[in-house]
Amino acid sequence: MAQGEIVAGCLAPHPPHLVYAENPEQNEPVAEGGWEQLRWGYERLRESLKGVEYDAIVILSPHWQTYVGTHFLGLENFQSLSVDPVFPNLFRYHYDMNVDVELAKQIHDKAESAGLAVRMMTNPDFRVDYGTITTGHMFRPQWDKPLVVISSNRSRAYYSVEVMQEMMIELGRVTREAILESGKKVVVLASNSLSHRHFTTESEIPEDMSKEHITSHAMHLWDMRIIDYMKSGQCQRIIDEMPEFTEQAIAETDGGAFTWLLSTLEVPKYPAILHGYGTIIGTGNAIVEWPVYRHKAV
Amino acid sequence: MAGGEIIESFIVPVHPHTVLAPQQNQGWQNLRKAYDDAAQIIKDKEADLLIIYSTTWPSIIGHQIISDPNPEWVMVDHDFHDLGSIHYSFNIDAEFAKQWNKENHARGLQSRCVNYHGFPIDVGSVVALTLLNPDNKIPAVIVSSNVYADRSETTVLAKACKDLVHKTGRKAVAITAMSLSNRMFTEHIDAKDDRIHSLKDDEWNRKILEFLGQGRLEDVSQLSRTIQQQIRVQKVVNFKPMWWLSAINDNRNDLTGNVLSYEAINGAGCAVVNLNPTSSGFGDKEYDEDEVEVFAGERGVLDAATKNTETSKTNSGPKLWEPTEAKGSVNTESAPKPVGAYPHARRVGDLIYLSGVGPRQPDTNTIPGGPIQDAEGNKLDYDIKAQTRAVVENIARILEEAGSSIDKVLDVTSFLVDMDRDFQGYNEVWAETLGKVGPTRTTLAIRALPTPIAVEMKVIAGI
Repeated sequence: MAQGEIVAGCLAPHPPHLVYAENPEQNEPVAEGGWEQLRWGYERLRESLKGVEYDAIVILSPHWQTYVGTHFLGLENFQSLSVDPVFPNLFRYHYDMNVDVELAKQIHDKAESAGLAVRMMTNPDFRVDYGTITTGHMFRPQWDKPLVVISSNRSRAYYSVEVMQEMMIELGRVTREAILESGKKVVVLASNSLSHRHFTTESEIPEDMSKEHITSHAMHLWDMRIIDYMKSGQCQRIIDEMPEFTEQAIAETDGGAFTWLLSTLEVPKYPAILHGYGTIIGTGNAIVEWPVYRHKAV
Repeated sequence: MAGGEIIESFIVPVHPHTVLAPQQNQGWQNLRKAYDDAAQIIKDKEADLLIIYSTTWPSIIGHQIISDPNPEWVMVDHDFHDLGSIHYSFNIDAEFAKQWNKENHARGLQSRCVNYHGFPIDVGSVVALTLLNPDNKIPAVIVSSNVYADRSETTVLAKACKDLVHKTGRKAVAITAMSLSNRMFTEHIDAKDDRIHSLKDDEWNRKILEFLGQGRLEDVSQLSRTIQQQIRVQKVVNFKPMWWLSAINDNRNDLTGNVLSYEAINGAGCAVVNLNPTSSGFGDKEYDEDEVEVFAGERGVLDAATKNTETSKTNSGPKLWEPTEAKGSVNTESAPKPVGAYPHARRVGDLIYLSGVGPRQPDTNTIPGGPIQDAEGNKLDYDIKAQTRAVVENIARILEEAGSSIDKVLDVTSFLVDMDRDFQGYNEVWAETLGKVGPTRTTLAIRALPTPIAVEMKVIAGI
């Protein structure tokens, strides 16, 4: 069996507003558009990966929040209606997704061997979180690739960003190992925003872009700093500054997905491709690709 | 009917173990029995409404209230999915939910009703309603816990609900679905090994329960920030359920408390506590935080006018009248209602004479830029530019109804209640609007206007 590989890694945020604004047939509410900068960013990401072959997508979503270890979807198919508990007016999505249980179990087993608390989720009534679905839809709306879905262990809430990073770096390392041993080509996705201070009001027309902006200048400065690091291949600095960024920008990196992603990519030293940046109800969101397939020799 | 009241209150745990696996651990079984005892108390008291404030339903856009009359689904816990699924079909008092939403808005809160098929009712609410209302006979209402809310917002939320309970004559039970210490074991444990995560958590939990057992709810409420720091994993901005529960109980410290059970669920401190309004004789509060009736905090992120507009609903001035009808009178639904017996305008020959026009909005009676004072006469900050713009817009609407338009204004007399503060802002808006039309103008400083506004204009226009 040939060695597996991670062909690309992406920062792929999940605000349900993006799915809402796209008006896919699976989603019940109808929009007049909105958040185009980010939706076009996803278009560019999809175009960028058009010619890249892969077998599965691995997602870590901050909205499957687990406090007792890290969990993995463990059944081959999940179908249901996902209603966002925060923005039910925007996101009521009928999903039908396949899971690469074999790969999920391989990552699970390696994580367990590494001493992480893990569990396979095999309850057929379980509803997949809207973060996973939003990222899954925006990244590949055909839903024709099986996914591995990993929960967000809230170790940052229990301990600190530093502890969270230690765990996520380890989880990223074993994720990579499992993928390489699986013989599969995989894309890894971290489903999270950057700065994450929301507005607490919503305009009458949610997609009214005249109301959309970053919550504060400080958030903008942090987002730009992190984006500069990504674009210039300085991902170790992101890891180093993650505690300050997470605290001061109330960043969604607290869920661990970003650290995990960078770890799966062995903390890239090559430039990432920024496909888009925009705000959603005040939060900062970037769509970023690490085109591993172009940097095999690096 | 009026005179409703909170007849009982309960603190109940959120985790699904009490529903799905009580037999696996004696502590879980004790909690389940306490849940069943609480259900019996509720039944015996013939309650006709259950109000749940759930800490496991976080919201961002203010508070959300379930208004689906019959939400049905299958709930699976994100962590404890291996315990099984809970099928639910609840009886929700949608009408009460809608009215509570209105009461919230009247007190300056952001809130909204939620009525969507498949909406995921949170684990805490599902567990509480499943066990406290097993035959589903008592209608319920569920409200979220806003992640950014602090004491004032949470307190006002409860007061809005309490007033509605009183107004609607309900015999209501207030329930907070919550943990005490919420630190769980972060690794999987055998059910038989369950215990409170640490001695410190246990000691704090017992101190809180000692207070609650004495009915000292307001003291616990005012310890919320300390509790958050000491024994709460920092998932949200603050520990809020005691603020809500105390406020809905009139911030009393002399309730009759009874701790029905205290146990661990996967390390977290879980209790079933009953608080009855009968006075226990305590009552001296150890702490003294201010009362708050109206929320005026950070809610205008999108638009500075939003906050002021909502605040203005609490002081929109005197009673409103229908505009009078007489020969030549011009009235419109698109202008604010008069505060006395007069028309919006009157046409004489080729001229239109408008009654004094202020900034109040025709449909809501709110004041863009906010009122100049609250109902108690306390001065408020307001935006003179927003008020002036609204005046000009109201003038334009009345003139259009009369078959005229804003560019036919001939003469304006303006009244300002604070010339020193407001003339510049008023003058800037004037220059951008009526100043371009070119009417004659007189600006006067006056002591007050009938409604809490800062500017009014008297207009004569041509046809």
